[in-house]
Amino acid sequence: MSKLIPLVPLLPLIGFLVNGLGRKRIPKGLAAIVGTGTVLASFILSVLLFLEVRSSSAAPEAVKLFDFIRTAGLDVSFSFLVDRLSALFLLIITGVGTLIHLYSTAYMHEEEPPHYARYFAYLNLFVFSMLLLVMGSNYVVMFIGWEGVGLCSYLLIGYWFGKDEYTAAANKAFIMNRIGDLGFLLAVFWMIARFGTTDFAGVFEKAPEASTAALTGITLLLFLGATGKSAQIPLFTWLPDAMAGPTPVSALIHAATMVTAGIYMIARSHVLYSLAPITQNVVAVIGLATALLAATIALRQNDIKKVLAYSTVSQLGFMFLGLGVGAYVGAVFHVMTHAFFKALLFLGAGSVIHAMHHEQDIRRMGGLARYMPVTHATFLIGCLAIAGIPPLSGFFSKDEILTAALMKNPVYYALGVLGALMTAFYMFRLYALTFRGSFRGSESQAAKLHESPAAMTIPLVVLAVLSVAGGWVGIPPVLAENAHRLKDFLAPVLEAGQAAQGDAAHHISHSTELMLMGGVVALILAVAAWAWRTHSVTMTSEDRPSGGLKGLLENKWYVDELYQSVLVKPLGALSRFLSEKFDRIAIDGIVNGVGRTVQHGGRQLRLLQSGQVGSYILIMVLATILFFVIQLFGKS
Amino acid sequence: MPVNHYVFLSLALFCIGVAGVLTRRNAIVVFMCIELMLNSVNLLLVAFSRMHNLAGTAVDVAGRPGIEAQLFVFFIMVVAAAEVTVGLAIIVMMYRNIHSVDINFLNRLKH
Repeated sequence: MSKLIPLVPLLPLIGFLVNGLGRKRIPKGLAAIVGTGTVLASFILSVLLFLEVRSSSAAPEAVKLFDFIRTAGLDVSFSFLVDRLSALFLLIITGVGTLIHLYSTAYMHEEEPPHYARYFAYLNLFVFSMLLLVMGSNYVVMFIGWEGVGLCSYLLIGYWFGKDEYTAAANKAFIMNRIGDLGFLLAVFWMIARFGTTDFAGVFEKAPEASTAALTGITLLLFLGATGKSAQIPLFTWLPDAMAGPTPVSALIHAATMVTAGIYMIARSHVLYSLAPITQNVVAVIGLATALLAATIALRQNDIKKVLAYSTVSQLGFMFLGLGVGAYVGAVFHVMTHAFFKALLFLGAGSVIHAMHHEQDIRRMGGLARYMPVTHATFLIGCLAIAGIPPLSGFFSKDEILTAALMKNPVYYALGVLGALMTAFYMFRLYALTFRGSFRGSESQAAKLHESPAAMTIPLVVLAVLSVAGGWVGIPPVLAENAHRLKDFLAPVLEAGQAAQGDAAHHISHSTELMLMGGVVALILAVAAWAWRTHSVTMTSEDRPSGGLKGLLENKWYVDELYQSVLVKPLGALSRFLSEKFDRIAIDGIVNGVGRTVQHGGRQLRLLQSGQVGSYILIMVLATILFFVIQLFGKS
Repeated sequence: MPVNHYVFLSLALFCIGVAGVLTRRNAIVVFMCIELMLNSVNLLLVAFSRMHNLAGTAVDVAGRPGIEAQLFVFFIMVVAAAEVTVGLAIIVMMYRNIHSVDINFLNRLKH
């Protein structure tokens, strides 16, 4: 069975090569089949691997493909490790990835042939990189995948490269990711210096002997990498801008790949994080702050994709809160359920945008429930799931994180609940503005409203089913004993982190927990109903710009502007100074000065070449005499 | 007769040759001066061979001094003869082209 492991990432790579190299010759139908088929095959293999790791209790061995770096002090092999954690991620990535590929075949049908195949090539490369990231058995292979997803996000966000603002968004994503990647890279170097290895097993084995300072440094640097990839404060602004790419790409980035990389990496490194309490607090606080900040911004956005983008940032904040308080299983659980409902919401949004002919402003939608029954029903399920209404999946995973936060610190819990309430509000505001009330778009748009083709609705239905049922693998002990199958499944990998959490779990009685749970659900329902009622409007009054807090939120707390004026502009000015002044005058001056000196010297020396044979001979004779004199008298 | 006399004689001949090469502009005279320098060296070789090689290691079966230096002289003569043919041919060509044998006209490479 372990022979199958290399095939899992290899298949999407083959798909990438076929579609990428043959993009001018391959017809559109074939490109779609190759692109979707390879990921589907990879998914089937992942299911087989998943079943195998589930049935075997022994710790899986890493499968070594070849030596990657081999020197005296360091031995990095290119090897894959499929244990229970990575098997779960494999399922999410290839499963949701397949659905998104299938959806894309219909969503992108207007594209011309070379671009169509190029799109699928990028998607396949994206899946390949992500698989590499979660399958690597050491930090170096993980880093290769880590860079790969960064590259692919750049390629896909800038897929429609004709528009300047799209390429700017792609650049922004890439540069912000690079800042985080630097932290990851430094952490790997530190690990090599401290532990002499980058293998997960080796590092975790030696970690308890390392000093707290080193561990804190390494984990903080790793976390910097995670903030870049998973869009946390301070590097979160690229993710909303990443909406420039095609909608299925947003679904892929937000649900199955890319942003979950940071969560996976920290869950994988949980041994290190459990040993560095300072970093854990930093992770929890940053996660919570991001969750709240992004949720407040999402309250006042009017672009359907922007709302979802900030909601992703916010949900990722919840996951980091979970990681920070030691609820690693909860965070991974939320990654899984989030992958289902966020992919569902994005694909649903894509379906809406498709029907509205690339209109993304929810103020010009409304009443779409009548025209698009399938999209409407699935989107509603997605909203219910993300808002955390039982028994849909989001409820269980969010509840697990919040419970863990409560045990760590009640303040975390209170703020987390606040974030969850805001989630319910903005999601139902989005839902009501899009699907309820009456249609506010133009006449021509109204005439063409239609339900999307089957290739788009089938993934929606599948994801809707998963969004409903996906949470049932992790029912908390207060509701049913021994029903948390995900926890049992992940226990061999994440046991160290869970042990710490298990001690604290006895502080709260089940009745208190049930009461809190019920209260939160009631609050969420109330907020959702309020948002639904106030936004099921026939005319929208939100066209005019608003002042005060609303304006602040509409402008995303001016974070982009702040970065622009504090970082981008001074750096730009410095670069301009260096290029226009320093480079022109100092660097060019030195280079041209050398050239001019040589030229000038040559022109002077040229005068010696008189062309008079006699003078040459005279110089020769004089030189010979000089050498004789030196030879005779110089030695003594 | 001490070897000094020969040394001074060949030195004088060599210096005359050098002075001629440096000062004269007629290519044929320069050529002759070069020959003079060559032959001054030949003279020196022969003189050293005869006067200074008595206790040399290069001794033939009869114990007489070696004649390697004298052989060198013949070698130089042969080379000089070859050089003369080439050199005179050059001078003839030079005269045909510029109707002069003044070496100061040979400065075309400068341009």
